[in-house]
Amino acid sequence: MITGPTLAQPPAAEPAGQNALFAYSLGLGDDALILAQRLAEWITRAPQIEEDIALGNIALDLLGQARTLLGYAGEVEGTGRGEDDLAYLRDEREFRNVQLVEIENDDFAVTTARQLLFSAYQYELYAALRNSADPTLAALAAKAVKEVDYHRDHATQWALRLGDGTVESHRRMQAALDVTWPYVEELFDTSEVAELLLALPGIAVDPASLRDGWAGYVENVIVEATLTRPAPRWRSRGGRAGYHTENLGHLLPDLQHLHRSHPGATW
Amino acid sequence: MTTEVASAPTGGAADANGDPAGPTGNPPGSRRGWPLWEVFVRARRGVSHQHAGSLHAPDAAMALRNARDVYTRRGEGVSIWVVPSVSITASSPDEKDPFFDPALDKAYRHPTFYDVPEGVSHL
Repeated sequence: MITGPTLAQPPAAEPAGQNALFAYSLGLGDDALILAQRLAEWITRAPQIEEDIALGNIALDLLGQARTLLGYAGEVEGTGRGEDDLAYLRDEREFRNVQLVEIENDDFAVTTARQLLFSAYQYELYAALRNSADPTLAALAAKAVKEVDYHRDHATQWALRLGDGTVESHRRMQAALDVTWPYVEELFDTSEVAELLLALPGIAVDPASLRDGWAGYVENVIVEATLTRPAPRWRSRGGRAGYHTENLGHLLPDLQHLHRSHPGATW
Repeated sequence: MTTEVASAPTGGAADANGDPAGPTGNPPGSRRGWPLWEVFVRARRGVSHQHAGSLHAPDAAMALRNARDVYTRRGEGVSIWVVPSVSITASSPDEKDPFFDPALDKAYRHPTFYDVPEGVSHL
């Protein structure tokens, strides 16, 4: 890891740029990987079999993005680590995902709120990343933005129905927004990734530039769903630097146990 | 509030058992308040929509999205129709004989008595 004290200087020509590109790809890949794992937890537990399939579909889209991004991160790093090594053999502090994706599924409303907030962010991110000077990231974004457009729509449909549904569904959807909203600020905070942005001009996207598009979309949904925009008294920080909620520590054993117990297992 | 109607999402059309609507006014075939929808998928341009199966959804917009996830996620379709199963009037299995049997012995209704000219390839 770029911040690890024991890592020797890599021999690459532009180590700062290479390290930053590694860290940037890793962060975006970890977002997709961890959320895919969370959504997969719904399989066999969704309210309806149709929803089971829909969430599984979204999880698989995200897993595909994670594979591309982690594979590319390994390639850029140049020490021979592949997608599996990065997904299965890192510990909690080495994950670079934003904290929003790791929070627990809770009830269906919380899952819906998390998906709405994150998909709307990821949509703006990939839309902007299509113009990245890095051809691999640009190609991934061009493909993934269509997938995420659907994820965002799926979450929107449910937010509207739960928010503008029964008294109980409205109460739960509002509570879900209240629980997830403190993780929003971290998505758009330039200072969380300031060093990467400096090292990757024209390649990385400044998250602050995504906020207007995100807010325009999400706040429309909130109004139409008769919900209220929360005003949280705290905010999350540090996911991109490896600081996480305790939830990630509980998620990783599920994700990694098979590979760690049977290294290199395939089927 | 809702009545549990034991109804699996099978490929059948409207619920032929005539399950009464529940106290919430749910249509027959509903499960946990979600009505049943029939899904028709057009595989590619130029062919007609084919019945693909059925599913439960709270309304038409969600039915379309569920149909997209359940029936077209491997690239099977370019267009989807969803129809409330209760809107389909089906022939009754009891009337099978009068409905279909008379067609069986009318060989003259089949175009088997024409000689196909050579060189006509798409007949």
